[in-house]
Amino acid sequence: MSVESLFPRLEALLPKVQKPIQYVGGELNSTVKDWDEATVRWALMYPDAYEVGLPNQGVQILYEILNELPDTLAERTYAVWPDLEALMRAEGVPQFTVDAHRPVRAFDVLGVSFSTELGYTNLLTALDLAGIPFSSADRGDDDPIVLAGGHSAFNPEPISEFIDAAVLGDGEQIAIAISEVIREWKAEGEPGGRDGVLLRLAETGGVYVPRFYDVEYLPDGRIKRVVPNRSGVPSRVFKHTVMDLDEWPYPKKPLVPLAETVHERFSVEIFRGCTRGCRFCQAGMITRPVRERSITTIGAMVDNGVKESGFSEVGLLSLSSADHSEIGDVAKGLADRYEGTNVSLSLPSTRVDAFNIDLANEFSRNGRRSGLTFAPEGGSERMRKVINKMVSEEDLIRTVTTAYSQGWRQVKLYFMCGLPTEEDIDVLGIADLAKKVIKAGREATGSRDVRCTVSIGGFVPKPHTPFQWAAQCDHETVDRRLRELRNNLRNDKQYGKAIGMRYHDGKPSIVEGLLSRGDRRVGKIIRAVWEDGGRFDGWSEHFSYDRWMACAAEALDGEPVDVDWYTIREREEHEVLPWDHLDAGLDREWLWQDWQDAVNDVEVEDCRWTPCYDCGVCPTMGTEIQIGPTGRKLLPLTVVS
Amino acid sequence: MTQRLRVRYAKRGRLRFTSHRDISRAVERAVRRADIPVAFSAGFSPHPKISYAGAAPTGVASEAEYLEIAVTRPCEPQAFRAALDASLPPGLDVLDVVEARVGGLADRLECSVWEVRLPGADPGAAEGAVKEFMAATEVAVERLTKKGMRKFDARGAVASLTADQDDHVEGGPNQSCVILRMVVRHETPAVRPDDVLMGLRLVADFAPPSPPSVTRLAQGPLDASTGEPADPLEADRVGGDQ
Repeated sequence: MSVESLFPRLEALLPKVQKPIQYVGGELNSTVKDWDEATVRWALMYPDAYEVGLPNQGVQILYEILNELPDTLAERTYAVWPDLEALMRAEGVPQFTVDAHRPVRAFDVLGVSFSTELGYTNLLTALDLAGIPFSSADRGDDDPIVLAGGHSAFNPEPISEFIDAAVLGDGEQIAIAISEVIREWKAEGEPGGRDGVLLRLAETGGVYVPRFYDVEYLPDGRIKRVVPNRSGVPSRVFKHTVMDLDEWPYPKKPLVPLAETVHERFSVEIFRGCTRGCRFCQAGMITRPVRERSITTIGAMVDNGVKESGFSEVGLLSLSSADHSEIGDVAKGLADRYEGTNVSLSLPSTRVDAFNIDLANEFSRNGRRSGLTFAPEGGSERMRKVINKMVSEEDLIRTVTTAYSQGWRQVKLYFMCGLPTEEDIDVLGIADLAKKVIKAGREATGSRDVRCTVSIGGFVPKPHTPFQWAAQCDHETVDRRLRELRNNLRNDKQYGKAIGMRYHDGKPSIVEGLLSRGDRRVGKIIRAVWEDGGRFDGWSEHFSYDRWMACAAEALDGEPVDVDWYTIREREEHEVLPWDHLDAGLDREWLWQDWQDAVNDVEVEDCRWTPCYDCGVCPTMGTEIQIGPTGRKLLPLTVVS
Repeated sequence: MTQRLRVRYAKRGRLRFTSHRDISRAVERAVRRADIPVAFSAGFSPHPKISYAGAAPTGVASEAEYLEIAVTRPCEPQAFRAALDASLPPGLDVLDVVEARVGGLADRLECSVWEVRLPGADPGAAEGAVKEFMAATEVAVERLTKKGMRKFDARGAVASLTADQDDHVEGGPNQSCVILRMVVRHETPAVRPDDVLMGLRLVADFAPPSPPSVTRLAQGPLDASTGEPADPLEADRVGGDQ
C-alpha cells in the first residue's frame, strides 16, 4: 500500500510559519527511496528543532547505513516549532518526515535519538501529531515500534511507557540487526503481532523492551527489584560497541541543509570512548573502551566529506580529541593539506596542556588566533581531585601563558557548579584562577589586551557514573554560589573587566536531574507537563521550572517520593537504581569504589597509558582498547586553491 | 585581474521557502563543491566575493534572481553555468551566465514583473479591484517592518497591473484561479506584491480566500516603449564580442 506525500497540505501552511525552509527537506545527499520496494521502513527522529537535529552525527550515520540496505528505507523527522504545531492541529496534518513528507505513523520503526532528557516532551508532541498512542500498551499492529537510542537511553525508565524499546550504545550494527529481525518477522507473516516482534528483539539481550519487565517498589519508595515478566527475556540488557571504526567510515555523504543549523561544518569522529575517568562525565563512562579511527581513514573521510558537502569547516570530534595517539600527525597532515585554502579545522574537547597549543597553532594556520578553550571543570585543586580532572593550577597557568604569548588573545574556561562535596570556596576558586590567568597573560604579552571567559554549567549526576549515588546540589545553593562568584569578579578593579562570565540559573538542572535519574513513576510527570503545554525544554524561552514542579507535585501525589527524593537525595550502596538492569559494561563495585575515592579526593589514571584498573567494560563486553599509533602519515592531496 | 560573472538563476518549487541567507550559504557551498575558483576578500575574516542583487522574499518563487561572482582565473560562461547548476540543489537553477563587461548590475534592476496566483478568488471582483487601484493616484498601505508599523504608498511604484483568469487549474472545473500580473518599480520603501494585495483590499475590499502564490518573472531596466523590464544582462552581451 503506497503512502501519499503530505507536502501539498503542508505547503499551504508554510507561508504562515517562521523559517519554513526547515520543513521542506531536499538537503544535498538526502535520500528518498521507493516506498513499495522497501520492506522495513524507519523514521529517524531527533527530538529537537531541525536546526539542532540536522547536524546530529548519530542520526546522519544511521540514516545513511539504513538507506544502504536494499530492502530498508530511512527518512528523518524533527520536532516542529509551536507555530507549525498549531497549524498542523487546526488542519489535521500529521507528523511528517522531511524527506518524502510521509506520515510518521506509516513507518515500521520510529527511532528517536536522545542526546538529552530535555527532548522527552518533544517526543510526546511527535507521537500525538503522528496519531500514535502515548502508551506502548495501547498501540496496535499499525503503529510503528517506538525505539529510543542515544545517551539518555541508558536510563529510559522515565519514558518507558512511551517507548516500545530502547537500544544502548553504538547504533550502526544493531540498527541493521533490528531491520533484519523485522524483515524476517514480516516475511513469516508477522507471527505474534506487535508483541511477537518485540519479543524477538528482547530475546537477543541487545534490545530493551520495558513492557517485558516489572518494577516492584519498597514501601519507602525505593525500587525492590526489576524482573522480566515473560520467559525468554533476559534479566539484563547489554550495550552495543562498534569495535573497528575504520570499517564504519560514516557519514560518507554528509547532509547539507539549506536552513541554517547550529553546526555548519563537516565532522569526523576520530575516536569513540574516553578513559580519562572524569567522574561527572556520563559519555566517558558509557562509551568505553577507547576505539580510535586510524589516521588514514580520518584523512580519507575529511577529504571526501569536504568534497561532498562544500563545508568550509572540518571538526575532528571525540570526547578528548588531543588524546588520539597520532593527533599530532593528523593535525599537521590536515593543516598541510588545506594550507592556503579556505577550509578551516577545529578540534573541540581538548585537554589543558602545552601540546594542545601546538595543535591549535597547526589548526589556525588558515585562520585567526582568536580563542582557545580549556575545561578545568573544578575551581579548586581539591574539587578537581574529587571529579578526577587531573589538571593542576600550574598546568593551567603554564598552558594559558603559552597560548597568550603565541598570539591567542582570548581563553575560555569551562567549569561546573554544584559538584559533590563542593563548598562556597571551591566556586570562588574559579575567580582566583581566572584572575591568575589574566595576570599571567598580561605578563607574557606585556599587553592588557588579553581576555578570559569563564563558562559555568550546573552539575547533574548521571546514571552509570560514580556520581550516580550522589546528592544533586539544590538550585538555591547553586544560584547563591554563582551570585557570589559574579560579585567577586565584578568588584575586582584590577582584573574584573578582562573576565567575562557565562552561566545559567540552577533550576533547569534540577529538572534534568529528575529526568536523568528518574524511574517509571517520572513518566506521569512528563505526560502532565506535556499536557500543560510543555515543549522544547532545552530552550530557555520555552522551559518552565514552575510548570515542572507543579506537575510533579500533582503526579506524585500519594507516592512516597517527590522531586527532592529523585534529585538532592544521596543513594546508598545497595539501593536498586532504576537502570541497574541495563548494562553499560561498568562494574558496579568499581563505580562504587570510584565514588568513595571521589569523596576522599583520590585520583585514578587514564588506563590508555597506565595499567587497567578494572572498570569492567573490556571483559564484560568482550572488547579492548583500540589505539594506534599506526605510524602512517597523511599524504598530501591535490586541493583547490 | 579577476573576472566577474553575472548569473541569472531561478528559485522554484519548495526552494521558494529559502531566505536570502539560506541562498547565500547554498551558493557558497555549491561553488566550493564545483571547484569554482571564487575570489576571496582580504583581511581578518575572508569572504567569497559573491554579491546578491535584491533577493525575492522568503516564500516567493522567482525566475529572475541575480548574483555576481568574482573568480581568480577566467571561466568560460557556459561551462560555468553548467558546473554551478549541477552543484546547486534542484530548485535553485542557473539560467544564464555572462561575463561582466560594463557598469553595475544592481543599477539595472529597475523593476520586476510579478505573477500572483489567487486560487478560488472571484475574477469579476479582482478585475474591479484592479481598475479602482489603477485609477487611484495614491494607495496608502501599512506593513510591519523591523522598525515597527510603517505607512507608505503602494500605488506609485506600480507601472502596470492586470487581472486574468486561469482556466486550467488543478482541483476541478469549479475552482477558479485569478492571476494578477504587475510591473513594479524598485523604489524606497520597496513595494512588494503583498503590499499591492493589501492595496486591493483597501480600495475595493478584495480579499482572496487562500494564500497567494507569488513568482517573480523578470527583472531589469524599465523599457519605456513596452512598459516591461528588458534583459539586464544584455548590456554585458553587446559590450563584449559575442
